[in-house]
Amino acid sequence: MSMLQVSNASKSFGGVLANRDISIEVPEGKIIGLIGPNGSGKTTLFNSIVGYHPLDSGSVRFQGSEISKMIVPQIARLGLLRTFQQTRIYGKMTCVQNMQISIPHRNTNIGHMFAKLPPEVMEKADHLLDFVGLFSKRKLLAGDLSFGQQKLLEFAMALMNDPKLLLLDEPTAGINPTLINGLIDRLKRANADFGITLLVIEHNMRVIMNLAEHIYCLAHGELLAEGNPESVQNDQRVIDAYLGAH
Amino acid sequence: MTRNRKYVFYGLIFVLALAAPFLAPDYQTQLAFLWLMILFALTWDIMGGQMGYNSFGNVVFFGIGMYTTAVTQRNLYFEVEQYVSVSGLVDAVTPSQYVTGMFLGMGAGAILAVFIAFILGIGILGLRGHYFAICTLGLTIAAGETAGGIDYIGGGSGMVAPVFPLALGEKGIFFYYVLMTLAVMTFVVFQRLYSSQFGLAINAIRDDEDKAEAMGLHTTRYKAVAWCASAFFLGAAGGATGNLVGFIDPLDVAFAGSTFGVWMVLMAILGGKGTMWGPVIGAAVFHITQELFWTYLFGWQRVALGALIVIIVVFFPKGIMGFLHHHWPQLFGQTVDEASSSEREGKA
Repeated sequence: MSMLQVSNASKSFGGVLANRDISIEVPEGKIIGLIGPNGSGKTTLFNSIVGYHPLDSGSVRFQGSEISKMIVPQIARLGLLRTFQQTRIYGKMTCVQNMQISIPHRNTNIGHMFAKLPPEVMEKADHLLDFVGLFSKRKLLAGDLSFGQQKLLEFAMALMNDPKLLLLDEPTAGINPTLINGLIDRLKRANADFGITLLVIEHNMRVIMNLAEHIYCLAHGELLAEGNPESVQNDQRVIDAYLGAH
Repeated sequence: MTRNRKYVFYGLIFVLALAAPFLAPDYQTQLAFLWLMILFALTWDIMGGQMGYNSFGNVVFFGIGMYTTAVTQRNLYFEVEQYVSVSGLVDAVTPSQYVTGMFLGMGAGAILAVFIAFILGIGILGLRGHYFAICTLGLTIAAGETAGGIDYIGGGSGMVAPVFPLALGEKGIFFYYVLMTLAVMTFVVFQRLYSSQFGLAINAIRDDEDKAEAMGLHTTRYKAVAWCASAFFLGAAGGATGNLVGFIDPLDVAFAGSTFGVWMVLMAILGGKGTMWGPVIGAAVFHITQELFWTYLFGWQRVALGALIVIIVVFFPKGIMGFLHHHWPQLFGQTVDEASSSEREGKA
């Protein structure tokens, strides 16, 4: 069954056509890659999916229901979550607090607003901070962490939210190369152990070839190629796009 | 601080607060105003400090409470013309009428303020940063001018609150305890709010509202509740203050944006915004300093106040609590963990 289905999505900003007629599909339980040169429309597509801006035309279906007219928090509450290219965490709160407020807000009512957080939340926060290797930093302010650690924290916060589908915008950008292997491993474990479907934007070819089962490549706002990692990697059009032949 | 020491600390402050009007009988009214200032700083801080929405419009709710209470007190027992003719007279109302009218009015004022905060909030809490600040500044000015144009509440010449009945004893002591109760209630309620999911949520909105939305938080709901909580206590306090001052001028007392409206911001910043005790400390320091200026620098008090404001903003941008955090972080184990501080150095 397909978790996410984007059909013929187009989006332009003024005269710039950022996405033209893009159709992608993310099956449940898989890890799907999205690559393309800078400015090819990857992040625009992410933003359209999560409701940041309306589509000009086309549709986005999440678990069978149309979400292209919904706003960001509504879509997030359905279980479709994204992380940001420019890492976003709550800088003046401690790591534990960052985790605590990232609990899912699916079935919350007014009463939950004023309730104290249950102990399970604390345990889960500690467990996930341990999972990304930030347990010892849990009482530090998130803004005092290094950039790479903030990326890990953001990933842990996303897991705390129990998403069904997680869109990751360049999860390894700015991370020390020796830590990247650990991160790839954690992404795979999030997929396998927690059952979270992943759609990953990535520039690091080694990472995406290792991670994704199926890859879409965008260039100049259009879908250029798709297929398994090897075929995309060897596709002449993809190589041309990356080397600037267009 | 251990739990026991904390309760002893709270207990000492409470006893001192109860005894204060008897320890310093000459300063009862000033001490009553001190509690009002603490309430101002706390109610501003929930918006500006904890949630990052710098509001210059909170004084609107204070004015609404003040007028609502005065109108309630008038309309419960008098016709409007009759009230105008007797309002300056001592014992025009009986003590029980006075007390009933004032507390009913404060309740009505608080509820009306919450209602208006909710309506306004739906409209303008979508604005961010400077736009919100400018918009709320406009609200204060509009509220003052509007009140000055309504004859039912005295128009530009203002309204007179009923004269405090002699049988109720000292006016200063009475309002000291009324305002103290309100300020302590505000502190206790806000402390409870900050320790729940609500506290985390408004902190998250302050740090990155886009992220909070992307994580599925009901941001509008949280923002509206914060503003309504602020408005509730400001509305009630406005009612009491109107009676304490006795004369309600639309621009100088009720919707006093250039004094109360600015002071509430300054006091919270001076003490340390976004902390529980910062606004309380800031309000105390600010109020006492300001009174000293009036006493010892008379004629230059406004200049000295202006200089104080500049000093606060330049030298204490993070406030007294922020200053303490920076220099003695070990006192605030919550943010900087001893165990991980060595790892923190290791990271660089």
